Amino acid sequence: MENTRDTKLIFDLSRSGCRGAVLPKCDVPESDVASLLPAGALAEAPPALPEVTEPQVIRHFVNLSKQNMSVDTHFYPLGSCTMKYNPKRNERAAAMPGFAEVHPYQPEETAQGMLEMLFEMQEILKEISCMDACSLQPAAGAHGELTALLVAAAYFRDMGEDRKTVLVPDNAHGTNPASAAMAGFESVTVKTDVDGGVCMDDFRAKLDDSIAVFMITNPNTVGIFEPNMREIADAVHERGGLIYLDGANMNAILGITRPGDFGADMQHYNPHKTFSGPHGGGGPGAGPICVVDKLAPYLPGPVVEMDAGVRGPDSAASAHYSLATPQKSIGKVRAFFSNTGVLLRAYCYIRTHGPEGLRAVSENAVLNANYLLARIRHILPVPQGDRCMHEFVASASKLKSDKGISAMDIAKRLLDFGFHAPTVYFPMTVKESIMIEPTETESKDTLDAFVETLFRITEEDAEFLQNAPHTTAISRPNEVAAARNPCLACG
Amino acid sequence: MPYLYNTPDDQAAMLAAIGADSIDALFDSIPGELKLDRPLAIPPALGELELEQHIRDLAGRNLNASSSVSFLGGGSYDHFIPAAVDAIASRSEFYTSYTPYQAEVAQGNLQAIFEYQSLITRLTGLDVSNSSLYDGGSATAEAVLMAVDVTKRRGRVVLAASLHPEYRQTIATYLANLGVDVVTVGASSGTVDVAELAAEVNDQTACVVLQHPNFFGCLEDAETMAQVAHDAGAVMIGVFDPISLGLLKRPGDWGADIAVAEGQSLGTSMSYGGPVLGILACKESLVRRLPGRLVGQTTDRRGKDCFVLTMQTREQHIRREKSTSNVCTNQALFALRATAFLSLVGPRGLRDLANLCLQKSHYLAQQLDGTSRFELAFAAPTFKEFVVRDKENAIEALVADAATEGYLAGIPLGGWYPHLADCMLVCVTEKRTKAEIDALVDVLQTGAAKAAADELIQAGI
Repeated sequence: MENTRDTKLIFDLSRSGCRGAVLPKCDVPESDVASLLPAGALAEAPPALPEVTEPQVIRHFVNLSKQNMSVDTHFYPLGSCTMKYNPKRNERAAAMPGFAEVHPYQPEETAQGMLEMLFEMQEILKEISCMDACSLQPAAGAHGELTALLVAAAYFRDMGEDRKTVLVPDNAHGTNPASAAMAGFESVTVKTDVDGGVCMDDFRAKLDDSIAVFMITNPNTVGIFEPNMREIADAVHERGGLIYLDGANMNAILGITRPGDFGADMQHYNPHKTFSGPHGGGGPGAGPICVVDKLAPYLPGPVVEMDAGVRGPDSAASAHYSLATPQKSIGKVRAFFSNTGVLLRAYCYIRTHGPEGLRAVSENAVLNANYLLARIRHILPVPQGDRCMHEFVASASKLKSDKGISAMDIAKRLLDFGFHAPTVYFPMTVKESIMIEPTETESKDTLDAFVETLFRITEEDAEFLQNAPHTTAISRPNEVAAARNPCLACG
Repeated sequence: MPYLYNTPDDQAAMLAAIGADSIDALFDSIPGELKLDRPLAIPPALGELELEQHIRDLAGRNLNASSSVSFLGGGSYDHFIPAAVDAIASRSEFYTSYTPYQAEVAQGNLQAIFEYQSLITRLTGLDVSNSSLYDGGSATAEAVLMAVDVTKRRGRVVLAASLHPEYRQTIATYLANLGVDVVTVGASSGTVDVAELAAEVNDQTACVVLQHPNFFGCLEDAETMAQVAHDAGAVMIGVFDPISLGLLKRPGDWGADIAVAEGQSLGTSMSYGGPVLGILACKESLVRRLPGRLVGQTTDRRGKDCFVLTMQTREQHIRREKSTSNVCTNQALFALRATAFLSLVGPRGLRDLANLCLQKSHYLAQQLDGTSRFELAFAAPTFKEFVVRDKENAIEALVADAATEGYLAGIPLGGWYPHLADCMLVCVTEKRTKAEIDALVDVLQTGAAKAAADELIQAGI
């Protein structure tokens, strides 16, 4: 079945004279290029792109696609990434010309359906957050973090306060400290306890009046609801600081608890996680943020407004929407409005579920995770306890010391059985960590099969596992050589 | 719910295995006073058919490139997308997969990105391309941060006023707390004056950012500007239009050290500005400062050639606050689309494409310049966009009137450039036919006549 002829590099398939796309003849009077453009600006020849036919291009990429695992083909329990099913109705919606072929600078009057959808998204996200204002502009979760921190910086500057520090727990996503640094803050790490919650002694020792923002992930990256959430938020607020919620784990709490209710002043969403946007092999995502009232004037612009008094009593269609830039806006964090196509998919997902449905999503995500946890902890220890939210972190530490089997060995061997690997070696606070997030769109049968496979693997010979996977086309790329002598493009 | 498997029996069995009485009990770690005691106040659930009807209704209220004749550009373009690009990107093995951390089950994605990186180096004439960033604007800001870091110069960055206004705004936002000044050099004649630029570039200048062809569609004297930047030890950042490289010199060939672009033109739909594709390529010497993911070629334990994510010690998940950027999620699916697009058009296709844009935009420019109402704002040579002035200063009304006729005529410039309040930016891609172009000229003149009449009426004459 494997076809390696057509998966050679596209450049190696090139044959001079082949073409995959033929453009129309020029139907306007044509002038000599040299008469239109200065000679010094012109290239001698176009870039050395491959010359291939359309059937070749199709066969090449379709065969490449078959070398991937994906949500549509395999169970993908990748912790922290919420690899849930990506509904097809959302894809159909996003491909409609009335959304896909709308230009960002066309007159507002000609994009009222788009603006209505975006306005509704702002309202929905505010409600799920329990916050007062929303910017849809950021292009990804990390971009949302950066944007919110820039908003916080502008707020404190406006208040005449010089606050330079951002606190980040040691088990937070790496994007948190990286975003803090990009926004001009100093990132200070707060330790977490063995139970996975913020170490309150370390937190109190580091809390002072220089703190601008405490960035917290809740439920956190080991899958527990922060035990001292309210106390942390109160303490930070008392010192005049802000709480930022990393919303990567919203899939656990939709309609159950809201970040604004537990003290957050701002948060981002990952619609490509929580609201089923496909991950696209690494992107696109989106990173809309919500903030409390006092931060609203600093949001990037534009935001969508519904013009007062226009909306009809029973029909949204009669309402009128326009774009406006908040009064003290930090400016823009990208060109154009937002990753609208991703937000539209999220809108379809939310409208498919409604309030009860979204709650059911979180309930089943948490049920599935707890069920896996209950079964897996007999195979691999789970340091943070016997209950979790939407994900949990097991450890191969004991297997490693007893038999020499690492988290990576288990991850690689799972691939042989048709399971995508969980996230391994994150968070770094757990040794030999295996972070498992099943999501709600998997069946009990699949979870059972996963547990049985995991058990079987832990009984296998260490050396066999160290060489896994055995059934994939390639096995254990030499990452050290790749980084030492980088080959990042073909010549 | 259409996507949930668990039946009540499943749930009961699972709860029994967990040792919990109810699903609610699984949330006991959340204090009761923090829980929401009512349903979320969001619209009720819709079935698939109702949802589709609702979405169609919304979509139907948006003029779009299929339901109108579009002459809009400004960084988002109505270029043709071959069906094969859609077919490839619709493979769910591509679009429902995650970042290729497990190389053994992601060789398809990894090879596609490696091919993308290779194509971008060929397109730009530079040594290394990353695997994509969010969009042209944030990619330009990332390039500026690279330059500040590698030069260790925190004095200023110098931007051309002819750089996309939203890219300039993005750079300013990114730099707001980093103590680096943003200096903008005017482009009142449509392009940057070299002497004016040279006067602003000093030994504390981290970089010069020049768009070529620029936001107005005009060609800049890029080679000379790069010389000015290099003479001062600054990094030259070139913002380019990928389609223009079918005819124009590549950024690496005119002296750019870092080249960035909006890659939407390469097979991705406009989608109201996003999601799109940020392209960033640079010289080999800057690779350790490159933001975002990189794919490299290596061998596996059996000696077989393969691909893997590499040089990850630059990235946030390893280096945290010391990483080169916070970027994690990127735009891989559109890097795939660009790879398929560039493979399909090939070198001759790209040249033909660039030539069609050039010829057609020049034809429209001439037609408008030949009317009594309009004139070209700038004399500089242009590629696929140009700025046209309405001598009677009624651009907003003209654009609105043309839209009611089904023509998206241009982008009014006054919001970004007050001195160009009587101007609009007009773009012509290969998709516009001569008939459509001629019709626009008619519509604008009728619209102009109508607008003038309206004004007379308003003035009570």
